[in-house]
Amino acid sequence: MSLKIIVLAKQVPDTRNVGKDAMKEDGTINRAALPAIFNPEDLNALEQALRLKDTYPGTTVTLLTMGPGRAAEIIREGLYRGADGGYLLTDRAFAGADTLATSYALATAIKKIGEYDIIIGGRQAIDGDTAQVGPQVAEKLGLTQITYAEEILNVDEATRRITVKRHIDGGVETVEGPLPIVITVNGSAAPCRPRNAKLVMKYKRALGAQEKAATTVDMPELYETRPYLNIQEWSVADVNGDLAQCGLSGSPTKVKAIQNIVFQAKESKTLTGSDKDVEDLIVELLANHTIG
Amino acid sequence: MANYYTDIPELKYHLNNPMMERICELKERNYRDKDEFDYAPQNYADALDSFDKVLEITGEITGEIIAPNAEGVDAEGPHCANGRVEYASGTKQNLEATVKAGLNGMTMPRRFGGLNFPITPYTMCAEIVAAADAGFGNIWSLQDCIETLYEFGNEDQHSRFIPRICAGETMSMDLTEPDAGSDLQSVMLKATFDEKENCWRLNGVKRFITNGDADLHLVLARSEEGTKDGRGLSMFIYDKNDGGVNVRRIENKLGIHGSPTCELVYKNAKAELCGDRKLGLIKYVMALMNGARLGIAAQSVGLSQAAYNEGLAYAKERKQFGKAIIEFPAVYDMLSIMKAKLDAGRALLYQTSRYVDIYKALDDIARERKLTPEERQEQKKFAKLADAFTPLAKGMNSEYCNQNAYDCIQIHGGSGFMLEYACQRIYRDARITSIYEGTTQLQTVAAIRYVTNGSYLATIREYEAIPCAPEMETLMARLKVMTDKFEACTNIAKAAQNQELQDFVARRLMEMAADCIMAHLLIQDATKAPEMFAKSAVVYMNYAEAEVEKHTNFITNFNADALVNYRQ
Repeated sequence: MSLKIIVLAKQVPDTRNVGKDAMKEDGTINRAALPAIFNPEDLNALEQALRLKDTYPGTTVTLLTMGPGRAAEIIREGLYRGADGGYLLTDRAFAGADTLATSYALATAIKKIGEYDIIIGGRQAIDGDTAQVGPQVAEKLGLTQITYAEEILNVDEATRRITVKRHIDGGVETVEGPLPIVITVNGSAAPCRPRNAKLVMKYKRALGAQEKAATTVDMPELYETRPYLNIQEWSVADVNGDLAQCGLSGSPTKVKAIQNIVFQAKESKTLTGSDKDVEDLIVELLANHTIG
Repeated sequence: MANYYTDIPELKYHLNNPMMERICELKERNYRDKDEFDYAPQNYADALDSFDKVLEITGEITGEIIAPNAEGVDAEGPHCANGRVEYASGTKQNLEATVKAGLNGMTMPRRFGGLNFPITPYTMCAEIVAAADAGFGNIWSLQDCIETLYEFGNEDQHSRFIPRICAGETMSMDLTEPDAGSDLQSVMLKATFDEKENCWRLNGVKRFITNGDADLHLVLARSEEGTKDGRGLSMFIYDKNDGGVNVRRIENKLGIHGSPTCELVYKNAKAELCGDRKLGLIKYVMALMNGARLGIAAQSVGLSQAAYNEGLAYAKERKQFGKAIIEFPAVYDMLSIMKAKLDAGRALLYQTSRYVDIYKALDDIARERKLTPEERQEQKKFAKLADAFTPLAKGMNSEYCNQNAYDCIQIHGGSGFMLEYACQRIYRDARITSIYEGTTQLQTVAAIRYVTNGSYLATIREYEAIPCAPEMETLMARLKVMTDKFEACTNIAKAAQNQELQDFVARRLMEMAADCIMAHLLIQDATKAPEMFAKSAVVYMNYAEAEVEKHTNFITNFNADALVNYRQ
C-alpha cells in the first residue's frame, strides 16, 4: 500500500528563547532577534509521515507551507529528511492571514494538489498557539480529524482506516478513523529524524523562484537538468483562490493592540490552612482586585 | 543547542586547507560521479561545501543527542545476555540518529552506497563525536575497518559487505587474545579449512575486543598449522548472521563505558578469507592499525577539546578571592597550555590525515589504472609521510588528552574529584587512548626509525622554507634552534651505536621531533589565521622549546653506563 501524505508546516520565529528585544517599539515581532525555524510540532508531524513512508514503500510525503520566499527553507528541511517534494504558497495577498484565511489558503492548495490520503501537521505553531488551523482545514475539506496525535499505529489497507494514539489529559487514547483524514500531532510525539547526509548533498541547491531571483545562482544549468531543485511556488491565482478570503481581507481577527509584557516573578509565600491565613488571603485578593 | 562543529571554527579552518583541492581531485577522479549520483559534487568548491554541511549535521546530532546521552550511557553501560551485547539505551538512540543521518561508510565509493568522503572530513566527524562521548565514538568510528576490507577484499566481498556498512551495520577488529596483546605475532585463534562446506572455520578465544558483538568482524587467526610467528596468520571476515561467535563477558573498565569490550568465544564459526593467506598480520593488520591509530588520534583531540571546554567554562564561572579563577595566572597558565596542546595536536592530526588521503586515493586509482611516473612518486612521498606522522599523531595526542583531562580536573579543584562534573568522565575516558591501538611506547617504536633515518628532520627543514608572517619570524628563528638541538641529539644517539641506549632515549627523540613539527604547523596556521592561532603559536613555542631543552640536557649528559641505574 502506498499513501499520499501532505505535511502542513510553518516557518515561525523562534519564540522559545524570547529576550528583551523580541518585540519592537511598535509592538511587532523583531524578526532579527528571533531566528526563523521549522515549527517544532510540525517536525513531529513530519516524522510521523516519514515513518509511514518507511513502513509503506511507495508512499510520498509532500510539504505544504505558506509564507514569504524565504519559507522555501521549510521545504528544503523536509527534503533533507526524506520528503519527496513541496509547495510554497507565497503571494502578498496571503499576508496578514489569521487562522481562517490560513486554513482557506491551505485547503485550496490541497484541493489543487488533488490526491491525498493523510494531511498531517503540528498541533499548533509556537508564534500563535491557536491549534485552529489543522481542524479548520479538516472542516473546509469535509474530512475527519484526529488531534493531539502521538503516534500513528497502523493503516489498514483493506478497510482504509488509520489507527492513532492520541494524547489526552492523564493518559492516551487509541482511536481510528477513515482515510482521507487530517491529523494534528502533539509535541510529545517522537522527535523528527536528523537531516540525512546524502539528501542534504542532493537538495542543498534547491531554491524557490524568489530565492533564485534574489541571488546569483551557481551552475544555473543544474536547475534545467534536475527539476527537483526547483521548489514550486504557488500564488493565489495558481490555486484558484478567492482574494476576498485570503490574507488580511479574509481575516476576521483584528489585532487591536499589542503590549510588551515583562513577567515579574514575585516571591512566593507559604500559607497554612488556618482560618486566619485563608481569611487574610481573601481580603488581600479582594483588595487588589484579583477576585471580585 | 550546541553544535559541535560550528562551535569550533578551527575545524572549518582545517577543512579549508589548500591540500584538500588535490585530495578531492584524486578522490573524485576529476568529479566523474557528478552525473551518475545526485549527491556527488560538481567541483572542488561543491565538494568542500558538502563536507561542511555533513560536518554540520554531525555537529548537530552530537550536540543534541550524543552529548546529552553521554552521562546516562556512562552510568548504564552495555550488558551481556545470552552471548549477545545489549547497548545502553542512549547508545541505541545515538546509533539510530547516526544511521538515519547517513553517517556510515563515509569514505566508501558511491557505488556501494558510501559518501566517498576523504579520510580528513571523516576524521573530523570522528573527533566531533568523541568530544561528546568517546565510548560511542568507538562504536561509530569502527566503520573505518571497512577501508581494510575495501583495500584487500575481492569484488564479491565488496558487493556483499560494503553496502551493509554504508547502511549502518557495525564492525569490529578481532585481534587481541589473552596471550597476544602488543605482541600480535602470538595470536593462536585457529582457522581451519572445512573442505566439506568449502569455508574456513574459526575456533578459540579473543579478548578485549571493542564492540565485539558487531555485525561484521575482521579477525586475525592462525591459518598455517604448526607456525608460531606472524607469517602464519591470515585475516578473515566473520558475519554475525552466520553465527558461531558468542560474547562470554563484557569487561568492567575505568572509562569508555559505552563501548562494550568483549571476550569472544569462537566455536566452529564460519568465516571467509580476506586477501591472501599469511599476509594477515604483516600486511592487512598493519593497514587496519594505521587507520585505527588515526581514529584514536581523532578521539584524543576530541577529548582534549572537551577537557579544554569544561576547564574554561568552570574557570570563568568559579569565583574565589573575589574574582573568577580564570583571572589568576596559575589558572590561565594551565588553560593556555591546554589550548596550545589542543591546537598543536589537531594541526598534527589533520596534516597526517591529509597525507593519508593523498596516498590512499592514489593507491585506489592504481587499482583502476597504471599510475603515471609523477603519480607514483607522489604516492611514495605521501605514503612515507603518512607512515611517519601516524605514530606521532596518535602518540602525542593521546598523551596530550590525558594531560588536558588532568589539568581540567585540577582547574575544578575539589569539585573535579566529585563525580558530578563531566571532567571526571573525560579523565577516565582519556586514559585508554595512550594504551589501545598500540601504546605510546609502541608508537615510539614505530616513530624512531623516522628519527634515525632523518625523515622527520628533512620534513622539518622543508617546513622551514615555508614563508611565515612577519610576526611569526622570531618564533621561526627559535624553532630553527630547537631543530638544531633535535638534530644534535639524534646524532648523539646514533653515534653511541648502542641499541639499548637508543631505545632508552627513543621516546624523548620522538617527542622532540613532534614538538618541532607541531610548532611549525602552528606557525603556518597563525600566519594564515592569526586571530585563531597566534596565541597558541606563542604558548606552544614556549612550551615546546622548554621540552626540547629538557630532552637535550638529558640526552647530551647521558651515557650508556648510566643505564644500570635504571634497570630494575
